Amino acid sequence: MALSEALGTTGRVSPASRGRWRLSSITPASSYYWVRLLLENPAVVASLLLLLAILLTALFAPAIAPFDPGFVNPADRLDPPSAAHWFGTDDLGRDVFSRVVYGARISLLVGVTVTIGATVIGSLIGLIAGYYPRADTPLMRIMDGLEAFPSILLALTIMATLGPAVENVIVALSVVYTPNIARLVRGTTLMNRQQTYVESARAIGMRDFPILRRYIFANSLSPLIVQCTFVVAFAILTEASLSFLGAGVPPDIPTWGSIVSSGQPRLQQAWWISVFAGTFLFVTVLATNLIGDGLRDALDPRSRRR
Amino acid sequence: MVAYIVRRLLLLIPVLLVVGVVVFTLMHLTPGDPASVMLGRDATPEQKEALRERLGLNEPVPVQFVNWFGSALRLDFGDSLFLGMPVTEALRERAEPTVLLALYALTLSLVIAIPAGVIAAVRANSPIDRLLMVVSISGVAIPSFFFGILLILLFAVVLGWLPSGGYVNIRDDPGEHFRYMLLPTLTLGFAAAGLLARLVRSTMLDVLNEDYVRTAYSKGLAERRVVVAHALRNALIPVLTLIGISFAGMLGGAVVIEQVFNIPGMGRLLVNSVVRRDIPVVQGAVMTVAAIEVLIMLLVDILYVFVDPRIRYGAE
Repeated sequence: MALSEALGTTGRVSPASRGRWRLSSITPASSYYWVRLLLENPAVVASLLLLLAILLTALFAPAIAPFDPGFVNPADRLDPPSAAHWFGTDDLGRDVFSRVVYGARISLLVGVTVTIGATVIGSLIGLIAGYYPRADTPLMRIMDGLEAFPSILLALTIMATLGPAVENVIVALSVVYTPNIARLVRGTTLMNRQQTYVESARAIGMRDFPILRRYIFANSLSPLIVQCTFVVAFAILTEASLSFLGAGVPPDIPTWGSIVSSGQPRLQQAWWISVFAGTFLFVTVLATNLIGDGLRDALDPRSRRR
Repeated sequence: MVAYIVRRLLLLIPVLLVVGVVVFTLMHLTPGDPASVMLGRDATPEQKEALRERLGLNEPVPVQFVNWFGSALRLDFGDSLFLGMPVTEALRERAEPTVLLALYALTLSLVIAIPAGVIAAVRANSPIDRLLMVVSISGVAIPSFFFGILLILLFAVVLGWLPSGGYVNIRDDPGEHFRYMLLPTLTLGFAAAGLLARLVRSTMLDVLNEDYVRTAYSKGLAERRVVVAHALRNALIPVLTLIGISFAGMLGGAVVIEQVFNIPGMGRLLVNSVVRRDIPVVQGAVMTVAAIEVLIMLLVDILYVFVDPRIRYGAE
């Protein structure tokens, strides 16, 4: 108790919320204690603010970008960064800043939708495999098979079939990251299945579906949320790699990966094309990873000691 | 032990079968008729029909799969649609740069990651620990192609010390070979080193809290000896798994790195084949890499026995 009071006095308190709502009022006994742990981590707060800024950039891209991202202006080819073109222009005279701003849309869209897709399918497969022993082997062998490919290779193979399009990238990467989630949920399901509360729920005649939803899935949520954060980061990285290789989103849509790729042959004269887009990509993935690490530390009492 | 290995080898068959079904199905969903692609626009319908018959494309799909998978197990993936040579031949020609790149990068990542992880764990929460962990999380987060481009920018464009891309065969000129491979190795090794260093640090932290480490200290052993002989050896067991995963991941990572540095390896072959839809080559390359990955995982499990004498397979 003394420790939590000591922590409380040093907690972040903004003047506006004085006495009404403060982070430090969440005690270790509260089930929301992890929110406090998370928000007391400066790296996480910085990352959240940064991702929020990138999200707003993506949402309001047309208002933020000074030029149309596809607008070709031969008079302004390969201009270095300036007041008019913050990130310079590329070899077709397109404004790199506007292209990077629009590129945020694809990265975030792919990161979020792929994670939702992989989580929904992966959780279902994991729950079924973990709860019904007979379904376990066939489902998990399929997952093994999918995981035998390095992720970029499986994504490339699927893209070779589906052809370049944003929706196809989302489908391909959802397939790629489904086994990752399925394996995690299967593990927690196997563990939760042994618990007495599941046995008693079964004993009082509860059906499988409510048991799975209320007692098993609900208890898998913390590791699942942590894993989802990392899947967002992986998905953004792999989409960028696909676009870099020219096998992802069609070339007329600007993405961070394709902007970096288009700048590579011009590194000698125009470093700015690749460097700004790559930096946005790097910082976004880094922030997502830091949030994932912070969530893990906050949600998993065992890792708090470190 | 032998029984265990045999059982594990038999378990490879269902996994490879799933891999084969995935690759085969995907490629069959691909629009376009291989016969028309191979013969070009001027071919008559009779010529196409004859080729389809010869390629076995008129058989029912399950029969085609059995034929294809049977040949694939004998490492026969048919002929490339564009290169005018058997897929196996094309893969063998381009395997060397890819495998060498992955090996160099793996070596580099171990040389960086193990000392970095050990130092970070021994000096946990010190400034040097924090610095090492910031670098390692950056290694994980930076896209390899972007890191490669930054290295090219610094070492090739600005300083002019190293070539920005290309490949020299090691037998032609070993010195030049390493000069060309240095930047790709750094690029690929750095990402893997980040992951490995984090794992080494966390397993070392666990081990350093063990009773036997305290015993070793209290009987007066020097810190260096405790860390290296008592702690590190035990901490390396989980690391071994990740080394297996890393090597397989490097074969995937090489796909991107070869594109950045213009290295004529399997990865570039694969990407080019995806773009021009050279399906037999895609099938062959993907199957080969997946099989290598599965075999490496098996090898890692077997190596466990030698690293950790407590593990006995098939002794029950």
